[in-house]
Amino acid sequence: MIERFLEWLGETPWSIALLESLYAWPLVESTHVLTLGLFVGATIMMDLRLTGLAFRNVPVQSFTGRLLPWTHAGFIIMTVTGLLLFYSQPLRYYHNVFFRVKVLVMIAAGINAFVFHRGAHRRASEWGDDAIPPRAARIAGTVSLTAWALVVVTGRLIAYNWFDCDIQPQPGWVNWLAGCEAVTE
Amino acid sequence: MLEPFFRWCESTLVGRAIADSVWAFPILEAVHLLGLCLLGGALLVVDLRMLGVGLTGQPVSQLARHARPWLIAALIVMVATGIPLFLSEAIKAYYNTSFWVKMSTLPVALVFTFGVRERVARSEGMEPGPRCKVIGAVSLALWFTVAAAGRWIGFS
Repeated sequence: MIERFLEWLGETPWSIALLESLYAWPLVESTHVLTLGLFVGATIMMDLRLTGLAFRNVPVQSFTGRLLPWTHAGFIIMTVTGLLLFYSQPLRYYHNVFFRVKVLVMIAAGINAFVFHRGAHRRASEWGDDAIPPRAARIAGTVSLTAWALVVVTGRLIAYNWFDCDIQPQPGWVNWLAGCEAVTE
Repeated sequence: MLEPFFRWCESTLVGRAIADSVWAFPILEAVHLLGLCLLGGALLVVDLRMLGVGLTGQPVSQLARHARPWLIAALIVMVATGIPLFLSEAIKAYYNTSFWVKMSTLPVALVFTFGVRERVARSEGMEPGPRCKVIGAVSLALWFTVAAAGRWIGFS
């Protein structure tokens, strides 16, 4: 089902035009990469505050209130450009091991942020001025730092076709992770 | 004139080892990107504040002081991964316009950041003046150029 849809998507004229374009694709990709500095950069700064490693006398609410809109702006740009890149080669990315791991880690990062905002952050007025935030906030910061670092690394590695389905033989678990049985059938 | 030097760079042991390895270049590149994230964050918090947005609850000087060690750490990561990446493809870099744009903007950005921006940021408080805003904007523009040209090395 998904395969057929992605195959169709990749054959739409705009998808082909984007992939084969001389400047559009590199510009979208560059925007995606440079926005890392804004989105992941701002996220790292907030996480460093949550772990108590940096900005110790800046209230946590300053970060979640005044810096977060910039993080959100970065996230929107990352998402739009990321979806465009996916649209340019849907089937290839869908079966790319690094892409799959990246998506899973992004979901984990999202859940972590959700749990933090619903949990420890609700009582931020009590601890937001503390140099070292409570345990729950430090854990959220550490998980976020680790997750986004993994997203950046796996994201960069998507460019390499080492484990693609058409490069065989591969260990069984690699083919399983890449969902290759649907391709070879 | 510089070409023999670039050829020598690529012939070094480190350059050869990275070029011959499947994983070395991608891993170095990935770490270079992580450095970019940290650099972007450490620069943006202060530059945005200098422009009068972002963490406006704190004085410019305080944020600049806090961000400084992370900015330096990011630059160390960038250089430590950037040099081996360069060594592995020095000749390609020599004939690459983006590489030269990046490498001529980089020293300007560094001198500007630690010579001008740092001094001004240290003297600014809660209400950044017009001079401070200009410097924040110039800093963003310089580092954007370095990063964009850096990315474009791979495309041209």
